[in-house]
Amino acid sequence: MASEAVTNHDDHAHPEAHDHHDTSSIKVFGFWVYLMSDLVIFGILFATFAVLLRGTAGGPDGSEIFDLPLILAGTFALLISSFTYGMAVLAMTAEKVDKVKKWLWITFVLGAGFIAMEIYEFQHLIHLGYGPDRSGFLSAFFTLVGTHGLHVTFGLVWILVVLYQLRTKGLNDMTRPRILCLSLFWHFLDIVWICVFSFVYLMGAL
Amino acid sequence: MFGKLGFDAIPTDPIVLVVAAAIAIGGAVLVAGITYFRKWGYLWSEWFTSVDHKKLGIMYFIVALVMLIRGFADALMMRTQQALAVAGSEGYLPPEHYDQIFTAHGVIMIFFVAMPMVIGLMNLVVPLQIGARDVAYPFLNNLSFWLFVAGAILVNVSLVVGEFAATGWLAYAPLSGIEYSPGVGVDYWIWALQISGIGTTLTGINFFVTILKMRAPGMKMFRMPIFTWTSLCANVLIIASFPILTATIAMLTLDRYLGMNFFTNDLGGNVMMYVNLIWAWGHPEVYILILPAFGVFSEVVATFSRKRLFGYTTMVWATVAITILSFVVWLHHFFTMGAGANVNAFFGIMTMIIAIPTGVKVFNWLFTMYRGSIELSVPMLWTIGFIITFTIGGMTGVMLSVPAANFVLHNSLFVIAHFHNVIIGGVVFGMMAGLVYWFPKAFGFKLDEKWGKRSFWCWLIGFYMAFMPLYVLSFFGAVRRMQSYEPSEWWPMMMVAWVGALIILLGIVCTAIQLFVSIKNRNSMKYRDVSGDPWDGRTLEWSTSSPAPFYNFAHLPTISGIDDFWQQKQEGRDAIGNGPYQDIHMPRNTVAGPVMSLFATVFGFAMVWHIWWLAIVGGIGVFVAFILRVANDDIDYYVPAAEVERIEVEHKQRLEEYREWVKQHPEEASHLQVRMQG
Amino acid sequence: MRKNLYAKAAGLLLLLSLFLLLGGCSSALMDPKGQIGAEQRTLILTAFGIMQIVVIPVIGMTLFFAWRYRRGNHNAAYTPDWAHNTWVEVVVWLIPCVIVLFLAGLTWYTSHSLDPHRSIAEEGEETFEIQAVAMDWKWLFIYPEQGIATVNEVAFPADTPVRFRVSSSSVMNSFFIPDLGSQIYAMAGMDNDVHLIADEEGTYPGRSTNYSGFGFSGMTFDAHATSEEGFDEWVEEVRQSSDSLSLEDGYRELLKPSRNHPVEYFSEVSPTLYDDILNIYHNGEPVEVLPDETGYKHASSDHQEQHGDMAMSAEAAE
Repeated sequence: MASEAVTNHDDHAHPEAHDHHDTSSIKVFGFWVYLMSDLVIFGILFATFAVLLRGTAGGPDGSEIFDLPLILAGTFALLISSFTYGMAVLAMTAEKVDKVKKWLWITFVLGAGFIAMEIYEFQHLIHLGYGPDRSGFLSAFFTLVGTHGLHVTFGLVWILVVLYQLRTKGLNDMTRPRILCLSLFWHFLDIVWICVFSFVYLMGAL
Repeated sequence: MFGKLGFDAIPTDPIVLVVAAAIAIGGAVLVAGITYFRKWGYLWSEWFTSVDHKKLGIMYFIVALVMLIRGFADALMMRTQQALAVAGSEGYLPPEHYDQIFTAHGVIMIFFVAMPMVIGLMNLVVPLQIGARDVAYPFLNNLSFWLFVAGAILVNVSLVVGEFAATGWLAYAPLSGIEYSPGVGVDYWIWALQISGIGTTLTGINFFVTILKMRAPGMKMFRMPIFTWTSLCANVLIIASFPILTATIAMLTLDRYLGMNFFTNDLGGNVMMYVNLIWAWGHPEVYILILPAFGVFSEVVATFSRKRLFGYTTMVWATVAITILSFVVWLHHFFTMGAGANVNAFFGIMTMIIAIPTGVKVFNWLFTMYRGSIELSVPMLWTIGFIITFTIGGMTGVMLSVPAANFVLHNSLFVIAHFHNVIIGGVVFGMMAGLVYWFPKAFGFKLDEKWGKRSFWCWLIGFYMAFMPLYVLSFFGAVRRMQSYEPSEWWPMMMVAWVGALIILLGIVCTAIQLFVSIKNRNSMKYRDVSGDPWDGRTLEWSTSSPAPFYNFAHLPTISGIDDFWQQKQEGRDAIGNGPYQDIHMPRNTVAGPVMSLFATVFGFAMVWHIWWLAIVGGIGVFVAFILRVANDDIDYYVPAAEVERIEVEHKQRLEEYREWVKQHPEEASHLQVRMQG
Repeated sequence: MRKNLYAKAAGLLLLLSLFLLLGGCSSALMDPKGQIGAEQRTLILTAFGIMQIVVIPVIGMTLFFAWRYRRGNHNAAYTPDWAHNTWVEVVVWLIPCVIVLFLAGLTWYTSHSLDPHRSIAEEGEETFEIQAVAMDWKWLFIYPEQGIATVNEVAFPADTPVRFRVSSSSVMNSFFIPDLGSQIYAMAGMDNDVHLIADEEGTYPGRSTNYSGFGFSGMTFDAHATSEEGFDEWVEEVRQSSDSLSLEDGYRELLKPSRNHPVEYFSEVSPTLYDDILNIYHNGEPVEVLPDETGYKHASSDHQEQHGDMAMSAEAAE
């Protein structure tokens, strides 16, 4: 019976390349799979939104409540943040920790701006009496957009954690896959947002 | 301060009080016993914090068996009620209680018995079958288990603090909405399922990645054992369907807690959407349960027929076909909602098409038995019982899938009989077969044959007596979930069903005795499994010792075909490698799983009772524990080669001694060694 | 000895199933009293019969193989490596395929011919309309033509096609008279319907089949299929009642949950009551145009579309 050629013995700080390469790729692959399952959640929320689109129960429909210029501003903030995150990953491959930090901070600020826009929009609607309990349509709207917002918020916390770990640990085999996973997560949220923007806001405003 | 929670939440019903007292006493005895024998430290460090997939598998199974007792007690109470509440009699359970019982029965049996058994077996077996040392994410595996336990705890707490849902196991809206179910019952349902469901999703991702990425060298996809294949497909179903459940329950939660209008009658809500969504998850769910059971039968039938599985490739494709088709049939659960004829016909036909790959599987098992050398051992008996019972259940399933026939069979006892026909005959029989089959691999000794056979016959006869009458009653218009009924001519059949349930109870008692007898005699040569290969098995898990060492394989095996271990034995290659050994990279135990789960339980309980400050504490607890875990770098270690060598050499010594002993006592070991050839 | 035991067990099961089958012969579904039910019985028996082509051989082969190829039988062949045979595999795919193909045809045909929304009135025949509303926990029946209403009792002339329009004032229920055939869901705000006919006069038990809460078990009613004269007499009897019913008057009283509700008669009913009940759940929505007598077909096809859309959108979610 053949056994795997494992050469490493004591050098735990630098375990054999094979083993570690595997762990990292498994992490990223698993994260992909997680994103796919998350996508199902968004899919269900989109479907629900489509079903409840006409369930306004005498309340407003999309065209009456969407403030497109504001949303567009938030959308650009998020799109640009995807680009800045890409720059952070490039800096990571170039082993430039300071640049990674800088780009991550910019990403954070843009993401936070997006969230601020969303909070403003939500509280404005609730203030007008168009809260999520007003109609099935508004329930679906708040939940779909809010779920995305929660994801972004979680992404922001994650950025902070990564920034903290970059300060204490720098770039290593622990932080690298995390930055990659977060990158997937961030781009994923961007794509979801493009769908939200097109299907919810643009089509709703028409 | 305590939200909706007050002393009036403690039920005063005598039945509940007795049950609560029994649980309290039982729990106290258990706690006292563990304390007396000073086993807390051992349990904590060796089991609760363990990331070893084999130990997690065992823990899943133990919790599942405990919950089986709870779920079965519910079943007996229901059967007794229906045997009494005839022709104007109210029986002994008022609707308020009876309705909670049938809801709890369904929820417990599916989520807290069937699911953990299936996931437990996957845990125990899959990494061994693919020649891996652990799963892809050992910590998440531990966390999944504890989240499942958190859900189970919430369900059981509902028994003594407050109430459980009285809505049916799927909590159809709008009945489960705040308007029609203002109590905390549905909230218990929500949080128990939501928390354990997240654990299940993590398991799905974990095993999907494990099977795809961590197979031993040479094990191509089409060399994987069938159980691994069916587990892979079940995990695909988990990944794709459990998020639907999560989203649906979340929307119901928003309706109940924030007054939203997803599934309300008015204000633009849509109750039909709830039914669609819950079944879009619910139908794949039944395949999540049955596919691994199919896998178990495939392993068992090949091993005990001492023959290669007939039509391996067909078997795989049939499994894949079922996986895909299971997503396009959900509407057959509510043909009577009134969709048009075209829609109904489409879903009816798609449903029937599933019968094709399933039928092919049955034929493949049959042709595996054909010209085999069949040992009628306990797992094989379960398999034969399964093939017959499942065929009948499949037939009634196809009958239900014809929309025009469904219009008179829907919601009747026919449906109850049908799905017990496939779930008991398929999933339960499969898990019992799997339990007996892989028990030696988990514990190093075999289960008693005699009591195992008794258990099988009780279950088989009990099942037919309990459920065949329900098919008949459905023709008289008897529907499901009746607390009482008028027609006295239904009564004899209800009595037969009640006796059937009692016989199943005997079956469960036999299993308990089987466990007791086997544990008592575990050191006798008749029960011990020294070889690691008690059934002359075919797949990799039998190539390592029983119980398997915590690192599973001293050397990762290299695979050159289907049933590689069997081939090795045929060719006389030595299955157990020799030295030199290497250091083995293993994950460390972690306290994060149990701690996060504890906070999740607190969170769930607080949410049920609207104790917001406590919910915040629970939520923050989960989050902080997770962050701390993520920040921890010290999550793995190396087992020194010397330690591996010591363990392997010991195993070989035991093996030598055993071979000597067999030579001297051929008659004693006849049940282990004699195999008919040719 | 062991063989004997198996034989006995098999015999017992066979006996039991025979007993069960015979027991089922006089049941509501096997001895239906209406055309729809009769067609459904034929369908059930056909599907059952067709599947015996596989079921019986499979059960037989299972038992036979288990016995024949048991380890102790040294006369039986043993081919440990025989794991593939193209012909066998083709056949085992083909047989289920052929059966399912047949059943699929049957399904397609009967899904349309027995579509509950489909009118069963022959040319020139009038369809009798009754509106049924599921309440907590009772059934309200409204006779738009006669202007009367009843609770937990319904009557209609035998041999006359009846269209039950079915809705709900609370949670989901299902309207079912087993002796006559098809059931249909009752949902608030939804105008569902099922067409039934009684071929024989008689009293048939009806009930909700979809669990709806604590009073569900008592949510039963008697359906009287009467002669023409008998029906007129029954209507007269109902008209003797001093109670009347409209959304403002009496309906609120009925809305209160009650269990095992007694039969009630209302001599007068608001002609718009059924639509009023539907519209309660369409707050703010424009009131839907009521289908007039000639508009049945149109209305019911609209209705199907609505449900069809629902199903499709949920499907799209996949």
